[in-house]
Formats: sequence, C-alpha cells, structure tokens
Amino acid sequence: MDILTAIAVMALGALLLGAALGCAAVRFRVEGNPVTDKVNAILPQTQCGQCGFPGCRPYAEAVAKGEAEINLCPPGGEEGMRKLAELLGRDCVPLAETVKRAPKREIAIIDENRCIGCTLCIQACPVDAIVGAARQMHTVVEALCTGCELCRPPCPVECIEFRPLPETPETWRWPEVGFWKKEDVKPEMAAA
Amino acid sequence: MMRTLFSFPGGVKPDPNKEASARAFIASAPLPERLVLPLKQSAGVAPLPCVRVGERVKKGQIIAVAEAWISVSLHAPTSGKVTDIGAHPLAHPSGLPAPAIVIEADGEDAWRERQPLDWQGLAPREVQCYLQQSGVVGLGGAVFPSHAKLGGDTPTEELIINGAECEPYITCDDRLMRERADEIISGVALLRDLTGARQCLIAVENNKPEAIRALRGAIGKHREDFVVVTLPARYPAGSLRQLIYALTGKHAPVNVLPAALGVQCFNVATVHSIWRAVAHGEPVVRRVVTVSGNVRAPKNWEAPIGMSMNALLQLSEPLDDTDGLIVGGPMMGLSLPLTNAPITKGSNCLIARSPRLFPPRPPESPCIRCTACAQACPQGLQPFELYWWSRARNFDRAAEHALAECIECGCCAYVCPAAIPLVHYFRFAKGELAAAARERQMADGARDRFEFRQFRAEREKAEKQAKTAAAKQAAVMSAAAAPSEKPAPTPPSEP
Repeated sequence: MDILTAIAVMALGALLLGAALGCAAVRFRVEGNPVTDKVNAILPQTQCGQCGFPGCRPYAEAVAKGEAEINLCPPGGEEGMRKLAELLGRDCVPLAETVKRAPKREIAIIDENRCIGCTLCIQACPVDAIVGAARQMHTVVEALCTGCELCRPPCPVECIEFRPLPETPETWRWPEVGFWKKEDVKPEMAAA
Repeated sequence: MMRTLFSFPGGVKPDPNKEASARAFIASAPLPERLVLPLKQSAGVAPLPCVRVGERVKKGQIIAVAEAWISVSLHAPTSGKVTDIGAHPLAHPSGLPAPAIVIEADGEDAWRERQPLDWQGLAPREVQCYLQQSGVVGLGGAVFPSHAKLGGDTPTEELIINGAECEPYITCDDRLMRERADEIISGVALLRDLTGARQCLIAVENNKPEAIRALRGAIGKHREDFVVVTLPARYPAGSLRQLIYALTGKHAPVNVLPAALGVQCFNVATVHSIWRAVAHGEPVVRRVVTVSGNVRAPKNWEAPIGMSMNALLQLSEPLDDTDGLIVGGPMMGLSLPLTNAPITKGSNCLIARSPRLFPPRPPESPCIRCTACAQACPQGLQPFELYWWSRARNFDRAAEHALAECIECGCCAYVCPAAIPLVHYFRFAKGELAAAARERQMADGARDRFEFRQFRAEREKAEKQAKTAAAKQAAVMSAAAAPSEKPAPTPPSEP
C-alpha cells in the first residue's frame, strides 16, 4: 500500500510540475534567439556581406547557432571579434585570410556629372543612404553611408567612387603612445 | 566671516611662476593687419557665417550667427574687409585646419552702434538670448556658452565666481581682478539677479592678496553681500568640480551639470565680459592673454580675438632660444611649435618654451605601482589602473575604472617617478572610446534603416499581391453581375 501512495504522490508531483512548465513555456515564450540579438548588436551593421552572409543579421544567426566562425567580419575588426569571443565564450582567433581588409571607413561619392539617374544604386543600398529619383541626379548622404561598396557593381556608368572621409579637428584622435603597439598586444592579453 | 572649506583629495603644488607677468598693468595689443577667426570657438555647434568675401564689416558686427542653443555668435574684432572664408590652421594638437573667417583690418577700428541692454525690465530668457548674440563663453578655457548655463529647472543656491587661477604662469584673471574689480562686481550682481542665487562666493587663491583686496574694496563700494573666499593655493583648486566641492561640499560627477546641484560657476573674466556686453553693448571681441615664460617682458595683453599667436608673443620679446609655445598653462596646456594660429576666446595664456625652462621629459620607464598618482589624483581615481587598461587597448575596462571622470589635470603625470605621460594615455583612450561610441551610434542607425528597408520591401510586396487579388475579385464580380454578356475572360495565369 505504502509503495502505491508513494508512486501516486510522485506521479501527481510530476504532473503538476509538468503542467507548470508547459504553461511557462507558452506564457514566457521568447521570440527568436536572444543570443542572435546580442551578436547582432556587436556587428557593425554595414550590411556589406563580406562575411558571405546576406547582411549582418543572417551572419549573427549563423554565429549564434555555432555554424559560422566569429572572425569573418572585416569592418568589425579585431575589436569586434574579441567582443564576440567574450560573449560566446569562444577562443579568440585572428581575422580570416579570406575576408578582405577594410582599413579605414570609406564612403561612396557619386560623380554627379556622370550619373544618369537609373536608380540601380538606390535599390542596392542596404541602408537607404542614397537619395534620387528616376532620371534625376543621385547623391549619397555622407553621414549615413557605411562604405559597404554594394552600390559599385550595379552602376552602369561607373560613376561611384570610394574615398576616406577627411579628418577634422572634431574627429581627430590622440595618437598612440608607449612601447606596446597594437601588434604587440595579443588578443588574449587584451581580453584578460 | 570665516567659512569652513572642504578639502578635495590629492592635488599638487607646482612652482607658481606668476610674479613676472603679474607685475605689469594689462597692456592693449596693437591692432594687427589680418585677423583669422575660427568659426568654432565654443563648446557645442559652430556658428554659420553670415558675411560674404569682400564685404565690409564694423567692429562688433556679427559675422557668424548661432544656429543652435549650445552655440554662440561670432563678431568682427575690428572694422575691415572680409578677405577669405575657408580652412586655416588652428591651435589644436592635430595641426589640422578648420573653417575660419579672415578679416583685413582697415585701421579705423570703428564700432558698429553700441546699445546697452536695459536688462532690469527683461525676462531672464531674453537676457540669455542677448548673451548668446554677444558671443559670451566661459573664458577660463572650457569655452562653454554662458547663456546655456543659466535658466535651469533647479533653483540656484550658490553662485560661485572662479578667480582661483591655479595653473602656474597664468595671471590674466589676477590682473583683471586687480584692475577691473568694479566691473566684475557689477557683473556678479547681474548674475545674482538672473540666477536668483541666495549666496555669491568669489573664490581666489591666497597667492593673490592684491586681487582679494581690490574685490573686497569694490564689494564695499557697491554695498553688496558677496563673500570673497580665500583658498589655499593648491593645483587644481580652480577646476570646476574641485572648486564646487571646496566651497559647498557638493560632489558633481562628470555626467551631472553643477546647475542640477543648485550651483552656478562662472570665471571672473566671463563675468567681466558679460558686464561689458550688457552695460556697454560690447560683444566678446578681445580677451586678456598672459604672455610669459622665456620672454624679456612677461605681461598681460588685451588682444583682439583672431590675432596671430606668434605676433602676440613677439610683443613680449621672446629670447633667442625660444623653440615653441605652450597654449594654456604648463599643466593642462598644449605644446605647439611657434605658430601663426590665432588667439581664440579660450586662449588664456601663451608661454614661450625653451629647453632651459621646460627640459624634455625623461624617457618613459615601466610603472612600478608606487601609487603616487592615485594619491595625487584630485578626482580620487586610480591612474595606474587606467594606464594599464589604456595601454593594453582594453578601453572598456578603462571605462569601468571611471576614465570619464578624469579631468586631465595632469597631477598624476606631474608626480610620476617613472615619467609616464599618463594624461596622454587617457586622452588616447578617451578618443578611442568616443570614436567607438560614434561608430556604435552609426551602426544602430544603419541597422534601423536596414530593417525598415526590409519591412518596406515586404509591405510593398504584400500591397502588390493585394492589388492583384482585388483586380481578380473585381473581374469575377463584373462577370457575375452581367451574365447575359459574353463570359468573363479568364484571368491571366500568375507567372
């Protein structure tokens, strides 16, 4: 008899807890993978596709699932890779050789004399940084351009150039000092 | 009346070197032929030029107009012709040029019409706008627009007038207090009425007895109840946060404006310029600049804004071995080669540099963790920790150690036995953090626009589908409504 009571109590407990868990799963359901959002927040949002994924969010999803390496984002650079490693508890790895290095942010400049107003670059721009209309001159909003170069290939008259932004006293930064240059600092050391 | 002063932590006592330039009266610098006026001479947004090249301007005429609240207008320091609007060198560590207006003086120095402001009948807001149009900024060096400090929500308890002038060599405020105490006290009374402050404290370091005497005399003459507080001379007693703590015991973190604590703080030279603007209708077109160091005649010059630094230095006859300039004091100032960059509203001191006066810093050696810097830090930080993380380029950790609270006063580097240029590391780290924040902001904007673009693409697709469906529906309906007619044409198949 005792053994039956024990089994009944345990079964009841299991049922109750199971129901509670089931309710919680429905009620506190999390839309999407929260890790994806965290990874996406670290990525630089240039939407350049240099990682091989169509935009930053798809790459973030792949990284969150563990399907992609964390060293495929050149605009994010060493710093971005280090932050991803810290977030995901992975080891620091040097930037992949396959990704081409973007040393400095360059922005698109449309040669307005040659532009024919075909709107192809507007359709290619992932961040809506180009304004213009059919058969009207187009121009790039300097402050919004991420320099992803996705507008360059579709242009039929090759009127889009990429130039670094000129430095001003406001954007100027104090130079590096001391005997630890950037290349001397190992990623592990900086993350310590 | 005796006041209890609070003692801020740390600080250093460098050799003051003030006697040489404090002896002589303020002299008026001769008018140069050419004046270069950088547009951005205040914190906030640069004003917009409102004159054309070739236009004739009068002294005191607005040549660039403020377009935002944290911004002030810029005025012609003399009468003449605008000859250029373009990039010109600036007294900035980068050596990069910045947009400026160039005026060729005609030698007449003719004022535009000057109208004193009848401020007693005006709302504080109108006086604030008037100060903005008069180009009044903090002349102590931070160049924050003065009008923007006034008119906060918190009622002002203490109005602090900063005459501490704690940096070595600088004596421009000292001379101003000695010679123009009357106007300063009138200005303090004006600010007291504008802010509704209950108490006005004028803080002066105890190494300026003549200035204290002059101020007390002027206060007696005006029958005011302002208190001149004598501070023990210790650098950086004149720094905003240290001064507020010393006088009131209130601690203002970097992200909190003193106004929110019920404290307003103005430099004596700023108060003087406010009074000149209100009572005489004179905008800020001149300022007193200390010229000292390796010169034969150290002196305070009242120079027009836009005058070349080198030209001003020549007036004090620099010695032959002068090899550069320090703009500002030796603790926080900027070391530059001899430059023709212009005097701006923030330039309070030029020190001629020579290897004898300022021997080169010995080479940096490793940190031995003696913590002398932590004992000297007036902000109570641990500079050696900040140094470690800045140097390892781990800026987030530096930020966790309150890098933002660093006021770059230079006490830590001054006491460091290993001769580590600590402030330079902190400026470097701050610059990188600011750049990262800018990039972060850009990335957030880019992400929002990218997501909205995708949403828009989907919406357009859905709209298109709905349209096709509606067209189909309409075709079916019209076919049903007219059965006698020939049968409705079959809708084209979807591709």
